[in-house]
Amino acid sequence: MSEGKTLIVGSSPQIRDADTTAGIMWHVSIALIPAGIWGVYLFGLRSLLVILISIAAAAAAEYGIARMLKRQTLADGSAVLTGLLIGYNMPPLVPLYIPVAASFFAIAVVKWAFGGLGANWMNPALAGRAFVFFSWTTGMNAWQMPRTWAGIDGASSATPLGTVQTGLFDVAGEGGTALSYLESISYAASGWGSSLADWFSGTVGLNVSAHTADLFIGAVPGSIGEVSALLLILGGVYLLYKRIITWEIPVSFLASFALLIWIFEGTLFSRGLFSGSVGFHLFSGGLILGAIFMATDMVTSPVTGRGMIIYGIGAGFLTFLIRLYGSLPEGVSLAIILMNIFVPIIDRYVQPKPYGFKKQKTGRNAA
Amino acid sequence: MLQQRTFRRGGIHPPDKKRLTSRQPITACANPPTAVIPFSQHLGAPANPLISKGDVVMAGQKIGESSGFISAHIHTPVGGEVKEITSIFIPAGFSVPAAVIAVDEESAFQEEPRSAQELDSLTPEEMLSRVQEAGVAGMGGAAFPAHVKFKIPKGKHAEYLIINGVECEPYLNADNRLMLEHAEELLTGTEWIRRMTGAGRVVIGIEANKPEALAVMREACGRLGFPFTLTKLKVQYPQGDEKQLIEAVTGREVPSGGLPIDIGAVVSNVGTTFAVYEALAKGKPLFERVVTVSGEAIKQPMNLRTAVGTPFRQLIEQAGGFSEEPMKIVAGGPMMGFAVYDLDTPVMKGTSGILALTKKQVNDAVQTACISCGRCVRACPMGLQPTRLYHLIDYGRYEDAKASYLLDCKECGCCSYSCPAKIHLVQGMRLGKRMLRNVSS
Repeated sequence: MSEGKTLIVGSSPQIRDADTTAGIMWHVSIALIPAGIWGVYLFGLRSLLVILISIAAAAAAEYGIARMLKRQTLADGSAVLTGLLIGYNMPPLVPLYIPVAASFFAIAVVKWAFGGLGANWMNPALAGRAFVFFSWTTGMNAWQMPRTWAGIDGASSATPLGTVQTGLFDVAGEGGTALSYLESISYAASGWGSSLADWFSGTVGLNVSAHTADLFIGAVPGSIGEVSALLLILGGVYLLYKRIITWEIPVSFLASFALLIWIFEGTLFSRGLFSGSVGFHLFSGGLILGAIFMATDMVTSPVTGRGMIIYGIGAGFLTFLIRLYGSLPEGVSLAIILMNIFVPIIDRYVQPKPYGFKKQKTGRNAA
Repeated sequence: MLQQRTFRRGGIHPPDKKRLTSRQPITACANPPTAVIPFSQHLGAPANPLISKGDVVMAGQKIGESSGFISAHIHTPVGGEVKEITSIFIPAGFSVPAAVIAVDEESAFQEEPRSAQELDSLTPEEMLSRVQEAGVAGMGGAAFPAHVKFKIPKGKHAEYLIINGVECEPYLNADNRLMLEHAEELLTGTEWIRRMTGAGRVVIGIEANKPEALAVMREACGRLGFPFTLTKLKVQYPQGDEKQLIEAVTGREVPSGGLPIDIGAVVSNVGTTFAVYEALAKGKPLFERVVTVSGEAIKQPMNLRTAVGTPFRQLIEQAGGFSEEPMKIVAGGPMMGFAVYDLDTPVMKGTSGILALTKKQVNDAVQTACISCGRCVRACPMGLQPTRLYHLIDYGRYEDAKASYLLDCKECGCCSYSCPAKIHLVQGMRLGKRMLRNVSS
């Protein structure tokens, strides 16, 4: 009827936004690349191998399972992103079978056992990490000294956060801080960190420890992709600019965590309330990576803005609890996984208020 | 600059594509050799045919009599012989009776200009009945009969008359061009609607992407001395929807299941206001309208004053035909309009545009799983949760969907537009509503 051409008919709207699910996944992956390049620079090519093996294992698991189910899902990019995040969460010297196990567990058990993308209730990458973390403790603590510390006397490969947590047994009741403890044991600081700290105290007039500056730049030992707060934040800004993520989860997560640290962290050193080392805790461990890239996983986070804030605050609170009072040095991944469990409940009780149910004030603006 | 007003919840910003036709003056579309005039061009009951096969009709003659409270008369824009009364399939998705008329080019409608004194002496009731006689229906898309809308029910009071110059659908410029070329007529028509409704205040809402129209209307309003407020609104779809426009202008919300008059507001679209003017000032029934013919697959996009009953084919040919192969032909705007497969589909009172869209605009990708990104929730101007409703409907839980405010959905398309998984959310809502109707009837 239409001159032999094929016309499509269908329900309105007749146009759609250009963004796709795969597009979202690739954008998140792109936002992660700078932090990964930095990690490979710090820890050498072996860490690149760890990342690539994680991705390959995740992609292979996805392809294999989808094939069994006669589906094609590799192109949606979600498995590659899961693999990438798992690689970023590995210590540089991790035995290579560990990321393979983590990726496989993430894709096969956490994601596909529940029905694939969109149906899983727990973040696959985090669940994969938690699985191998508790299965191979030694392998998951295979830290490596960063390139930026080469040649520094007494430099070790222990992470700043782990060092402070272990050292807490020695300092209880001394009235110091996390940073003064690192000073006292002559924990290494890179030239970059020292220069940045000098610039802050000189030009800006802010007293910043070289250790905090090192953590911010990412010139410290740690998991491959989590070390550089700076580059991860840049990635987060990119995602916000592209409207892939919204501000609610990262901001409420980080702010609630920072507030709790500020109030209570000092008590560990017998200094009383309101004296915590906020900068040290914000930039150490996997907090920034978790708050910007893992807690914001759309499948396992609430859909409404208010729900996201509740979820973020919960994750901040749990991270604070585990990090300060738990036996583990780091609590970000467990905190997010625990909050994943609450997402259906949050979505059930936090719903937007529909239009047209408001009590009307009549006679306002009366003519 | 004052902060521009807009509505609070949701909303999206699709590319507006107005530039394709915003500077194209309204030109006349040639009459077709054969016109097909549906007897149902409005919301509500179809009109009863007053003609039969073999009759010879005059341009402007009433050929369909309104058949209920919510119904409007149908007039023919062309004269000629009635070839048959048949049934055609209209874009909205159902069959309606229609008259097929072999056009006699000699027959032209004779306007009957009314004097200012005569018009000033009319009572609101007399004006309403003339509007009714002229078959005026809302021209924003839904085509709700105008005389029903402008008749204020007993016990209600119209505090605001809001003239809808928003035209928030991408591509469309029919209302924009009317404001630019016929500002005085529009303002006069507005004043008459104000008299019919007894409204206290008149606000004309125009989105910020039509600065020329705003300036022209403001200037004309000052010149004619009408005490109307012209409000510049922040660009955001679906602001041209009554509910969002009322919220943007007054801050009030139309109660769920209620009508604008419940909160003292009456809204009239620019096209409708122009039709009211023509009906009262010239005795001209509503039998033609401005149609924006646009889209990337149209060679020379333009705005055409078109007789109702003209097939889409005629307008597309007048606009130079297709420049490339279209993927979709749309009646109306791209957000709420209907995709048609038949170029012989006739223009009706509510046909604001004919768009030929290419693959690039349509972005019709394969549907993937919902990843709960929440974009539909953020986009919904009604504050609903489209993804939740869609899942409920998918599982056949229609009553639960109703309890989650399914019936407040007005199918504006914000959710489907913003869904990265390309889920057909609006289609799901339609299905849910239809199932609820079937259950209750």
